[in-house]
Amino acid sequence: MATALGDEGTARGARRGDALGRWINHHPLAALSLAVIVIFCLWLILAPWPQGFEDWFGRKRLFINALFNGITLGGLYFLVAAGFTLIFGLMRNVNLAHGSLYLFGGYMGYEAGVWTGSWLLSFVVAFLCCAIVGAAMQILIFRRMEGQDLRQTLVTLGLSIVFADLMVWVWGGNAIQIDTPDYLTGPVPTPIVVALKPSGDAIFLQYPRVRLVIFAAAVLIGIGMWLALHRTRIGMMIRAGVDDRDMLSVLGYRVQLLFVLVFAFGAGLAGMAGIVGGTFQSISLGEDSHFLLASLVVVIVGGMGSIPGAALGALIIGLSEQFGLVYFQNYATVATFVIMVVVLALRPQGLLGRR
Amino acid sequence: MALSDTGTARRPIGLEGDAFSRWLSQHSPTLLLGLLLVLLPAAATDFVLDQIVGWTLVLGMIALSLMFLAGYGGMVSLVQMTVAGLAGYSITVLGASSLPSISLFWPWWVAAPLAILIAVAFGTLAGALSARTEGIYTIMITLALASAFFYLTLQNWSIFNGFNGFTSVPAPIFLGVNWKSPVPLYYLILFCAGLSYVAVLYVSRAPFGIALQGARDNPRRMEAIGFNVMAHRIAAYAFAAVIAAVGGILLVWLNNQISPGTAGIQATIDLLVIAVVGGLGHPIGAFIGAFIYVILRTFALDALVAVGLDGRRFQTIIGLGFLVIVLFSPDGVIGLWRRWLARAASSRRGIGR
Repeated sequence: MATALGDEGTARGARRGDALGRWINHHPLAALSLAVIVIFCLWLILAPWPQGFEDWFGRKRLFINALFNGITLGGLYFLVAAGFTLIFGLMRNVNLAHGSLYLFGGYMGYEAGVWTGSWLLSFVVAFLCCAIVGAAMQILIFRRMEGQDLRQTLVTLGLSIVFADLMVWVWGGNAIQIDTPDYLTGPVPTPIVVALKPSGDAIFLQYPRVRLVIFAAAVLIGIGMWLALHRTRIGMMIRAGVDDRDMLSVLGYRVQLLFVLVFAFGAGLAGMAGIVGGTFQSISLGEDSHFLLASLVVVIVGGMGSIPGAALGALIIGLSEQFGLVYFQNYATVATFVIMVVVLALRPQGLLGRR
Repeated sequence: MALSDTGTARRPIGLEGDAFSRWLSQHSPTLLLGLLLVLLPAAATDFVLDQIVGWTLVLGMIALSLMFLAGYGGMVSLVQMTVAGLAGYSITVLGASSLPSISLFWPWWVAAPLAILIAVAFGTLAGALSARTEGIYTIMITLALASAFFYLTLQNWSIFNGFNGFTSVPAPIFLGVNWKSPVPLYYLILFCAGLSYVAVLYVSRAPFGIALQGARDNPRRMEAIGFNVMAHRIAAYAFAAVIAAVGGILLVWLNNQISPGTAGIQATIDLLVIAVVGGLGHPIGAFIGAFIYVILRTFALDALVAVGLDGRRFQTIIGLGFLVIVLFSPDGVIGLWRRWLARAASSRRGIGR
């Protein structure tokens, strides 16, 4: 079956000369093994596992849950890391206060939720609060030290220390959980078979609705960002700025305004992610450095300044964390960093990064 | 203040005198400080000796390795605290501790060199990984490596004893001296700190150090005139790792314990704060920064409470102080000092406005 697919691809590819066909033509062995891996993965996900395989590999329920948790966690990581990588790509500013913005957004969203009782409204509040803080940071501090990458980074580090302490002051050290709204609570049936009953009926996977909805929202935001970057005028300006901001400013575009907008947007995204994190898990002291590190690793793995890279990196890191949790509990976090080191050694600019 | 006065006043004489007196007058502040530190045990209590000055010197050494990389190599490596932590853990596991199930109880003269070797190998490897990327990326990569080590120590119980770490890690007894008691330990620390300070000063003026600074300022040009920039950077990481590793072992002997927090994310960031606040322009900056940090750490809590503020806002003070330094004096306290000296000198000569 795999060879048939490959042959068909080769024939069509040779005629049209499209990239995939040419790649299959040049690397028939790699294409074959890739096809086998894809089919094996599909089988892993869709088919009920035979008894012997379950004995060796563990329950299928665990595997599928880790897979879904990993993918949805990847969605959350993408929300945090997208703003980080956008800010880095355009302004060369490694914003080490990004985790603080995430935490701040979570707390503000929690407060807004308590006040208004609306979960959706809290996203707006968190976005606006963090966007204002981000814009203020850009206007008041970073504009004054443009081009001094290291100094900017040190300033963000100082800010993160102060922010963290102030947030402990206001909200204390206890974990805060943001309530899932009623219309999103409860499980959703999915068409994926987890196991077979003794009678032979299939048991289907039930998965929390809120996680699926949030993952869909993250995908939508990702697609929206891609469209905004590639189909709008302001997106064109941002891409031009990533490539050569001096030239963009020479051409008469208002680069400073662009910087403020991008910083505010990236900070706002982090703030919204804070609510998502507070709903998925909880927000507490220490989550800021956790998510700062997560975005660092995501961006290093995916490629700095690249939005598709952030998506890929977030997916890889989310999956590795969750699978690590299931299959080698003690070293779950370390597995993530091993991936990072391997990527760094083989491809220092990241998987989708450019030199 | 008095130090600088003698230095400037003697300069004209030094110019006419022989090389030795010129050297003496140029280095009189350093020599006076060194003399003071050597004589300190006669006057100070054990608390001041170990918990203030000893801790300052050890932290200063680890910060010195960061200062060497950042100041001369342009590579802000946040992995130095991790190198120190790894050396500390290694000497605990290879040497003695209160946990006979993990510690191997090898004699110190096997354990200490091996610990340094392990830590230097790690530091060099981390350097080789991060030196492949440029400038600002170094911070991100080394921060990620440092936290990887932190989580490893936190989650691993078979070697690092997880969250608890190790207690009762004694300094060894050799040459008939118990190096665990305050005064010998102080002299051991002072000797190592002084040696590494001089070594960094020497290397910074040696051909290797000059080439490293060249690679910092213009790597492409250095590459073009035939220097292997990568090799210089990795060698710099190795050299810095030696200092950090010795500092890490002394830190364990001084504190008598080691736990994941010793090389945690907070400690990593504190070390960067120390180096930057002191100033990356001169090796002495690392020790000045460490001194300020230790004084704040020891007394700020009580001072804050005494003034009527919440003592728990200590981190805010540290963060704000760090921000002020980064915003207004990027070259740290040393920069402030140098500018003050220049202004004093110019006003004395009547050039000042």
